Order: sequence, then C-alpha cells, then structure tokens
Amino acid sequence: MGSKRDSDIQKKPKTGFSRRGFMRGVGLGGGAIGTALLEKEAVAAPPPAAAASGPGEVPISLWVNGKEHKLNVEPRVTLLDALRDHLSYTGAKRVCDRGTCGACTVILDGKAVYACSVLAIDAQGRKIQTVEGLSQGSELHPVMKAFVHHDAQQCGFCTPGFVVAAKAFLDEHPNPSDDQVRDGLGGNLCRCGTYVGIRQAVLEAAKGMRG
Amino acid sequence: MQAFEYANPSTVDEALGLLGSTWEEANILAGGTDLLSLMKEYIHTPKRVVNIKNLKDLGGISKTGSGLRIGANVTLAELAANADVRSEYPALAQAAMGVSSMQIRNMGTVGGDLCQRPRCWYFRNGFGLLAMKDGKSLVPGGQNEFHAIFPAGQAYFVSASTLGPPLIALGAKVKIASKSGPREVELEKFFVAPKDDKSREVDLKPNEIVTEILVPSGSGIRSATYEVHQKDALDWPLAAAAVALTMKGSQVGRARIVLGHVGPTPVVASRAASSLNGKSVSEAIAEQAARAAVAGAKPLSQNGYKVQLARVAVKRAILAAMA
Repeated sequence: MGSKRDSDIQKKPKTGFSRRGFMRGVGLGGGAIGTALLEKEAVAAPPPAAAASGPGEVPISLWVNGKEHKLNVEPRVTLLDALRDHLSYTGAKRVCDRGTCGACTVILDGKAVYACSVLAIDAQGRKIQTVEGLSQGSELHPVMKAFVHHDAQQCGFCTPGFVVAAKAFLDEHPNPSDDQVRDGLGGNLCRCGTYVGIRQAVLEAAKGMRG
Repeated sequence: MQAFEYANPSTVDEALGLLGSTWEEANILAGGTDLLSLMKEYIHTPKRVVNIKNLKDLGGISKTGSGLRIGANVTLAELAANADVRSEYPALAQAAMGVSSMQIRNMGTVGGDLCQRPRCWYFRNGFGLLAMKDGKSLVPGGQNEFHAIFPAGQAYFVSASTLGPPLIALGAKVKIASKSGPREVELEKFFVAPKDDKSREVDLKPNEIVTEILVPSGSGIRSATYEVHQKDALDWPLAAAAVALTMKGSQVGRARIVLGHVGPTPVVASRAASSLNGKSVSEAIAEQAARAAVAGAKPLSQNGYKVQLARVAVKRAILAAMA
C-alpha cells in the first residue's frame, strides 16, 4: 500500500500539489514565481503609518510565497484567516485557533510561527511562507518526500503544520538528534499519534537536505 | 474577537500617545501569543490595539557597565540563543527553553512573558481574575488542582510568567516608559497580588510600556531554573524554581530562591535561601533548603501534590546550579 501511495502523491504536483488548489485552479499559487526582486521589495516595504486604522476593513498587502496579494481585512482578522478565507491558501489549518496545536504553522521572516496568533495587518512587509510554497514546481520539498516515505500521517490534518514546522526547524538544526527533533516539533500536535513516523521522517529529511 | 482599531507606532512617544487611561481603551500587542487568545475569548475587548513590535528602542540584548540590558521585544528564542545569557545567566536561558514550543519562543517576547495574564481557567472562562461570587472566590471550593499553594488574599491563580522567577533570583529590574517619564521597578515588586477583579497582577498602568529589563552582572553567580511539567511538550509548568547562588570560594555567600507557578506572583523563598548561606552545597543541604521553601505552603483541596513538586524543583535547581 505504501508504494501505491507514493506513486499517487508523486504524480499530483503536475496538476498542482494541493487537492483544493487543483480544483480551484489556484494550485501552486505564487510558490515558484517569487523572484529575488519581489522578495527584496517585500522585506523593504515600510510599516504602515502610526495613525490608527480600522476597526472597519483596511487595505493591506501580504507577501505569500514570494507573491504580493492585496486584500481588505478588518484589523482583527488573523493571518491564518486571511490566508485561508481571503487568499485560498488552505494548507495552514484552523484547529485550536489559540496557539496550542501547531496546525496553522507558517514561516514568517524565516521563523516558524502560529498564523492564528498573528494579525494579518501585522504581517505586512514580512516574508510569509506557507506549505503551498515549499515544493519547487513538481519537485516536492525533502520534508514532504520524507513524510510520504515514512507514511508519517494518519488523518493528515496536522500534516501541513508539521511539514512547515519541520522545514523551519531543519533550517536552524541541519543535523538534529532524535531528542532535538522531539523538542523542536513539541509545538505541533497529532491526535492520531503518528509521532514515531514524523520523527523518522524529519531525521531522514535532515539527511536529504544536507545532501 | 471584538473589532478594534490598530495602530503601528515607530517610537515610544508615539506609542504612549496612542494608549489610554483604561485597559478598555487600548491594549499593547507584542508577540500576540497571549493577547490574541484573550481577545478571541472576549476576556480583553480593547477599542484599540497598539503594536509595539516596530519600536526599535525595545529590541536587542547588550552588555552594560553593570550587567545586561534586555529589550522588552526580545523573543524567547533570541534570549535562549544569546551567548551572554547562556554563559552568564543559565537560569534565564533554561527558563526560556522551558517554553517548549518553537513557535511560541519565536513569537513571545520577554516583556510579554512578564505581562501575560494568568492561565487560571476561571479567569479564562469569564469568571473574572479572582473568580468572585457573593464576596468569596470560587476557587477553594472548586476545581483547583493547578492553582496556588501560596495564595494571597482572594488571589488563588498562579503567575504564568516563566522568566519572572529567574529574573527575580538574579536581582533584575524592569524599566517602564510613561508620559511622565521612565521609571524602574525591582522585578520582585513588579508582580503584585491583586485585591479585586479590576486590578492587574503587575505594577503597570494602561498607559505605560515595559521597555527593558536590566539584570545585574552574573559574574561569580551560579544559577539554574528547574521546571516540573506534566508532559514534555507544550505545557505550563506545575511548579518551577529558580536559584541564583553568589559564591564565596566553594561556599554560598548569598542565595536567592524564587518559586514559580505556585502563587499569584513568583514566590521569593527567603528563609530557604538564607539556609544556604555559608554552606557548601550537598544533596542534604539542598534538600533542607527545599523543605524550608515549601514550609509555608497552604495547598487547596486538590493541589497538595504541588507542594512536593515545588520542593523537588527547588532541590534540583540548587543541585543544577552547582553542577
């Protein structure tokens, strides 16, 4: 069954990695489009002025996976809800919505954070990376490949958060011990209890990323 | 979450101008890990949220003539990774790493750790800070397994601060900005047990901002933090202890012992600390100090177990500091 699964998933990126993305025709989003110029502008964008804005909708722009998105949101909208409900990046999942489960993990300026605990308006001018932006075209990220190889999920709902957290963790710990992986991913919960497979996958991905 | 207006000042003065004279008018947003949850539960419903992450003066860790200056916006991850903190103030680095989620450490700030609200489930479920009903707190006769063993008046919640105990043990001060100018408060006095539901558990007015933490030199001091968790990942400690031992040769010259998560403020264990003075630390001496640290505990109906955990935390923190 494992091999069948592998081949199924390996084929999908041709038409877009995410199931919903494929159906909507959004697919890989801007993941592969991000140019050096865009990323530079994203980081250099000035923060909004000191005058208060809201409580009604205000125009903001977010740089997600190297692509700029302009949208209107109330200041109370979290980054997670903006990504999911306004921009159709549904990889980050809304589970606890209280900074406890890790399913909404995204990478903000290179650091893993809980998107449910960041205001969208606060994420302006910062580099946002979601699970949709990890694969390069049809080539899965090494962490994704390792998750597939180790069948490191059951229901899969926590998986995007784990994959993003693992990617951010491995960027800072290229050669982690088993204990470091355990601590590093302590901020993500899997209620199916697939932690053993996840840890094996992360250790394997570390090897792959070191080359 | 109730709708609010958002302000993003770039200087401390601008930020102070945007704050109000009540907590209902404006709240400060730093890492957001606590504030957003409080707002989602309608525990906090400010009309305005003032983001202080772009205040440059609140960043950075630097050595000063008298010790270390830690900007209030420094994240727990930055604190735990800082070479000076790790070498000179191990209690502080250990406490920061005890916040066992990479994401929270990346977001949560030092100032936010000190100012976060209690995790008490009565408070978080809208019963008010002291959970008062008919002039009495609901906690002693209710679900109190995670509550204080050192209550103060009607305050039975426990301080949620992770950095409070080690920073108090190390003799830190907190610097606070206000329109009338900056003030410095010893961290031990910054934490206060509130007398009513409207009060806060820290000495901070709605129109003030914690800007930095000043820690005296850690040279010649051995320190450690030991936390007891129910599980390794993503959990609040059941009890914690931080110790700072100023050494005179192989003996303890002066000791500071502070307990966390056992009272509405970090609990300074003075008698336990002075029992170490002039002694060479052994397991028996550490055990004796640990017993003294919990001698005055007043556990509630369901949290007697925390007395033992606090005792063990003190003993292990002392031994870890000497290791």
